[in-house]
Parts: sequence; C-alpha cells; structure tokens
Amino acid sequence: MTSRPESRAGLPGWIYLPAAVGGVFVILPLVSMVLTVDWSRFPELVTSEASLQALALSLRTATASTVLCVLFGVPMAAVLARSTFRIIPVLRSLVLLPLVLPPVVGGIALLYTFGRRGLLGEYFEAFGLRIAFSTTAVVLAQTFVALPFLVMSLEGALRTAGRRYEAVAATLGARPTTVFRRVTLPLVLPGLVSGAVLAFARALGEFGATITFAGSLQGVTRTLPLEIYLQRETDPDAAVALSLLLVLVAVAIVVAARGRRIAGAL
Amino acid sequence: MSALHLEARIAARNVGLSVDVESGCVLAVLGPNGAGKSTLLNLVAGLLRPDTGRITLGDRVLTDTEAGVDVPPHRRSVAMLAQEPLLFPHLTAIANVAFAPRSTGTRRRRAHREAMRWLGAVDATEFADRRPRELSGGQAQRVAIARALAAQPHLLMLDEPMSALDVTAAPAIRSLLRRILRDQDRTALVVTHDPLDVLALADRVAVIDDGRVVETGSVREVLTRPRSAFAARIAGVNLVAGTVAADGLDTEFGPVHGTVDEGCRPGDRAVAVFSPVAVAVYAEEPHGSPRNSFRVTVGDLEARGATVLVRAAGTGLAAEITAAAVADLALEPGAQVWFVVKATEIGIHRSA
Repeated sequence: MTSRPESRAGLPGWIYLPAAVGGVFVILPLVSMVLTVDWSRFPELVTSEASLQALALSLRTATASTVLCVLFGVPMAAVLARSTFRIIPVLRSLVLLPLVLPPVVGGIALLYTFGRRGLLGEYFEAFGLRIAFSTTAVVLAQTFVALPFLVMSLEGALRTAGRRYEAVAATLGARPTTVFRRVTLPLVLPGLVSGAVLAFARALGEFGATITFAGSLQGVTRTLPLEIYLQRETDPDAAVALSLLLVLVAVAIVVAARGRRIAGAL
Repeated sequence: MSALHLEARIAARNVGLSVDVESGCVLAVLGPNGAGKSTLLNLVAGLLRPDTGRITLGDRVLTDTEAGVDVPPHRRSVAMLAQEPLLFPHLTAIANVAFAPRSTGTRRRRAHREAMRWLGAVDATEFADRRPRELSGGQAQRVAIARALAAQPHLLMLDEPMSALDVTAAPAIRSLLRRILRDQDRTALVVTHDPLDVLALADRVAVIDDGRVVETGSVREVLTRPRSAFAARIAGVNLVAGTVAADGLDTEFGPVHGTVDEGCRPGDRAVAVFSPVAVAVYAEEPHGSPRNSFRVTVGDLEARGATVLVRAAGTGLAAEITAAAVADLALEPGAQVWFVVKATEIGIHRSA
C-alpha cells in the first residue's frame, strides 16, 4: 500500500461518482465548444472590427468596474466586518442583494435611478449629463452586479484575519488610518486579490443589466457578451469563436492571479 | 514611567476592579481563567470601555466615564505583550520593531536605527531580516518584546508571555523580561500562572477572582501565606530570601543548599523555594546527609484532612506533616523544633 495514513479515514467511495458527474457537466460544454470552433476561420472571426471593438470595450469597462469595486467595496467590507451597529446584518443582506437578483432586474432598477426620468437621472439631465445607454452605463451596470462578489470575499477574509493584529498595532501607537493601511489591508491582500478577480470576471461576463440599462451600440455599449449574443443570430461560427475568446480571457485572469500565489480562495 | 490607578465596573461581565501600581513597580496579576485578568488589560489598553470608572496613568487621565474622557488606544502609551508574539506576518522582524516609531512619524532610517537598537537589547539582531514564520516561538517572543519596547510605553502589560513557549525557551525569556522590567524601573502589569514569574518579575501581587480583586500584597506575603483559594493552589510555598554565595544561599538561617538556577551569580538576591510537604519536623537536629535545618518555634497548627500544617512563628515557614507525626512529637505552639529539608527539594531562584 502506498496510501498515506490519513487517506484511510478519507471519503466514502460512492462520493466520487456524483463528484465526477458534476465535474464532467462543467467541463464537457467547454470541450464541445473547442471541438465546434471552425479553426480555419478563427483568426479572421476574432479579429473582425466588431469583435475587436467589443473585446476592447469589455476589457476597458471591466477594468473600470473592478477599480470602482475596489474603491467602494473595500470600505464596505471593512464596515460590514468590523462595525458593531445593530443595523449591519440588514445592510449586509441589502448590499449583497445583486448576487441573487436577476441581472435584467438590476438593469431596470439602474434605469429608474440613472435613466432620463430616474430618481437621480433627472438632476443629471439638468446638467446635461446623460448616463443611460452610454459607456458609463456599462461600467455602472457591471459594478452593480460585481460589487457584492468583492465585498463578500473581502469581508470573509477580514473576519478570518480577526482583530488581534489591529489591537496590537493600536497599542503600539498607530492611528486607525495607519492600522488600516499598514496592518489590515496587507493581512487581507489575498482575499482582496481574489475578490477583485471574481469581480473582474463577473463584470466581463455581464449581459442582462448591460443590455437593459446601456443598450447595444457598437463601440459604445456593445461588450463581448452582447456581441456574442448578436452574432449567434447571423453567424453562429463567429459566436462560438468569440465565446472561446471570452473563456481564454477568463482563464488567463485566473491563471495570472494564481501564478502570483495570492489568489486565496480561487 | 508612571503610576497606574484603575477603578472600573462592567456590569455585563460582572467585573468591578480596583487596581493600583506605583511608578516603577511590577504588579503580578494572578487568577483562574475567566476571572477578569484579560478584561483588566483590555480596560487599561483602551480596547474595552467600562460602564463606570476612572483610569489614570501618571498625570494623564485615560478613562473617566463621569467626565466623558476616553483616550483611544493609540494615544495611551500602553504596550501589550500577549501569549503569542502576534508579529505582523507580512513584515520582517526589524520592520515589526520599527512599526511603532514609524507610526508616530519617525523617519524611515531613524526608525530602522532605533529598531536595530531594540533588537540588540533583546539579543535578536541576527533575526532582523527574517519573516515571523521563519522564527521559533522564543525568537518571535524576543522580537515582540523589542517591538513593545520600541513604542516607549509608559506602562508595559504582559499577558502570560511565557505560556505559549516550550519549557526550554521560557527561562531565557523570563530572565530577559527580568532584565527589562527590573533593571530599568518600568511600570508593568504581568498576568501569569507561574510562581516563578511572580518571584522573578514582580514587586506586588493582585489575585483576581470572579471579576474582583480578592487579595493584594507583596510577593512574599501572597506566595507564603495566601489568603485566597486561588493563590493557595498555585502558591503556599516556603520562601527564604538571601544572597547567592558560592555553595548556596546566605540567609538569616545560615547557608541554604539547593538547586541553583542557571544565571544566578554570587551576590545576586535570590530566594530558596520549597513546598511544605518537603519539610520534615524533628525535635533534635539530625546529622549526616546533605540537608538543610531551620531552628524554629512552632506558631500554630492547622488541620488539613489527614495532614497538619505546622507554621513556624515569625518566619513564614510551614511544614505539612501527618497527624501521627504531630502526636509523636507532641507539637504545640511554643515548642522548639527543627524544620529539615533535603537539598534536592529546594530550588534557588533570582528574585525581584
């Protein structure tokens, strides 16, 4: 026997069957997509002007959304993890709502907030600012759906890290801002990176909220997922090729994050 | 260094504490788990706010619930050393030590120089560039001590600083702390379970039980004649103070022989420690084997189940012997007897 002692008390044998079925269920569609791609036309399909525009827009907006997620999500996670106000559990449920909300519903909600007749949109309109159906709208839609991923992942990391190092830092004379910058953030950096990667991936794949709130204008709001959806009607080969491109981008991000060994949960 | 005065009540934890430490003194805090020792430290550090109370350090008021004063932890000048070193894992040892000076605005190079000096003070300069995960428990605790000292606190609080160390590392850290606390007249609070820590580090002892201070006194009083049940469990030992000589300890009873701690040099103040159970009582002085004899007058007798505690008048020494032996010797208050202890039963430790 070459098995190590701890494997004796391991898993029940039958559990490998459903685990394998689940694994195949996830991997098989990716494999079939690779098999379906018309490789002779692949370079041409993914380098068409519409495709490149969509890819560039996707990368740009997803990056902008991730930056917004970090800027607002880090303080949100810190408040949720450390604050002792009684309203915090309620706030947490509300803030994490976009996780369970259908993206289309999110898009409609954004429309009635930032749209021309929306809650805030009316005032923006008065200053000549039109947000709906612009690239800004794409970024807002992506941020809306991606923010909870970063907040959730980072809040978990903050709770796991605990407050003991922060208490030590405070007794050593560090002001709260110094403690946050020099102790709290470095300790949860892996959680922050994995949260940012999750948020980026979620923003990259965003479809429902974007098409509802931002529409589908080539070069302005038509991101890669929207382009794939449209191509499917006219040129299914192009749709498959672009889908594969999106998968490759997603894999590249995860590998890059893992390669730096700080992706934590990923 | 500054005196600490604390008066604090927290209803939810059933805590009502009153503690005073004079400037330059070290107070050992004893007590069972959950008695309120950590609560005391957290109150002083400002990590916990009392319902009512007043805490002053030197001439500064840190907490005063009536006047609405509550100085935040980072402005209290109170450094804490916990059981685990809690070195920041993402910083090297020297960056950990430089953390406090850097946090209070010292420039990088100067903070680095200061940190190196503090690492030198705890004999840890060779670990300067290591990460905490590359240090052993004892090495990490040394760096943590340097980090606390680098904050130049007015009060140092140690929360069982030796309890997470293995037995081989503890004596070195204890003597390091002794050097730091005793030789530099620091005001400090030391939470501990170990009578050796109390002997080596403290001037006075406070015993906390169920959220209250149930006993305070000098180290000698509390360790030899404990009044609280908790102190009696960990203490109740015999202490004979003296000066280390070439072949043992010079005391008021003459030379006492025992196992001398490493690091004790002739001329050091030290105490001989032995249990009452190790003491035999004789009517005549026995001769021969390597023993220690103390000529004493019986003070009082206290029945303890099958045994009797015989206290010697005016010396604080006690012997725990069987009731049959008491009857054989016809012991009664005023009787002149010899307390006899084997040298192997006596430990000689440096004292504060």
